[in-house]
Amino acid sequence: MDKKKRTNEWGRHRVQILWAFLSNSYLAGFAKGRIYQGKLKNLCVPGLNCYSCPGALGSCPVGAMQAVVGSWNFKLAFYVAGFLMFIGALTGRFVCGWLCPFGLIQDLLHKIPFLKKINTFPGDRLLRKMKYVIFLVFVLLMPMFVVDLLGQGAPYFCKLICPAGTLEGGLPLVLLNKGMRGAIGWLYAWKNVLLAVILILSVIIYRPFCKYICPLGAVYSLFQPVSVFRYKVDQELCTHCGACAKVCKMQVNPVKTPNHPECIRCGRCTKICPTGALNTNVGKFGK
Amino acid sequence: MKEKNKKGRELSGLSDRTAMKIGIGITILGLIFMAFGIWRGEMAVVFEKAVNICMECIGIG
Ligand code: SF4
Ligand code: SF4
Ligand code: SF4
Repeated sequence: MDKKKRTNEWGRHRVQILWAFLSNSYLAGFAKGRIYQGKLKNLCVPGLNCYSCPGALGSCPVGAMQAVVGSWNFKLAFYVAGFLMFIGALTGRFVCGWLCPFGLIQDLLHKIPFLKKINTFPGDRLLRKMKYVIFLVFVLLMPMFVVDLLGQGAPYFCKLICPAGTLEGGLPLVLLNKGMRGAIGWLYAWKNVLLAVILILSVIIYRPFCKYICPLGAVYSLFQPVSVFRYKVDQELCTHCGACAKVCKMQVNPVKTPNHPECIRCGRCTKICPTGALNTNVGKFGK
Repeated sequence: MKEKNKKGRELSGLSDRTAMKIGIGITILGLIFMAFGIWRGEMAVVFEKAVNICMECIGIG
């Protein structure tokens, strides 16, 4: 197989597109400027997918977590925490590589040619820790403790940061809904600026939102070193040519740390390996 | 940084088998947490939030 074929990612993108379509297939929502209100919304989807997207059939786990943590009567979110533990411990960050619509958007934007793509920069490693702080502060602590008179906390990550909410919910609903157009203000403007910055940055840097901001990726990454689905290196076959580390757009060296928290399980490294030394525990993958 | 050794030990110091056992344990614990959360009625809060347009998500609230 030539190198071009081995780095072709359209097999994975097809899965991402199919999943994004399936989980956002309430087409009437787009036609009428409404959202789906059926029973499936009881369930969370594994990726960052806004439940205010007109097509969304399921709930966003980050939004759901904030809703329960911020509610006056619960505060601890066992249902959503359990869901994240289940998905994370079973698959690590497989969802990030294959089943998250916002990951797909960033993947596609990064294919746009640009003068100089940036792989890494001073402070990159440190900045990647920011997503854990965002999870702790905006998803857990603020909704739990910054509350109104009734004891209800707002979903602060959704409110102040989430670009997926702006793109999948804010833009279509405001475009399709006359009443909402009249209600937009500084918050809407701020979130759109943030979205624009992230989308533009995605052309230059691979998945900047996933690397530095996403609280969902942060949670899944914690489980990756112990996840049931794992990568492994056959040290007998590995020639230490470095091809795998070179092709990785998340700057992971899978020979040193095949189950690194930053790896999104895209499979580029397993495909590029000339000796077949890199594999998963369920066989070859990412073709 | 320490490299992964021949027995498949990773930087975390865990062997692949131990890591996987921990992963299976957390997967099961996750299922128990989900069941407990559903029993407590947390799903209703999620549902209620998800079927009404979330003003914070779209940048209005
Ligand atoms: S890090 Fe977040 S946005 Fe990126 S793919 Fe994972 S869940 Fe989706
Ligand atoms: S490409 Fe394969 S042989 Fe080369 S360093 Fe990576 S795992 Fe080893
Ligand atoms: S280590 Fe391999 S699977 Fe993980 S992100 Fe890098 S190229 Fe993709």
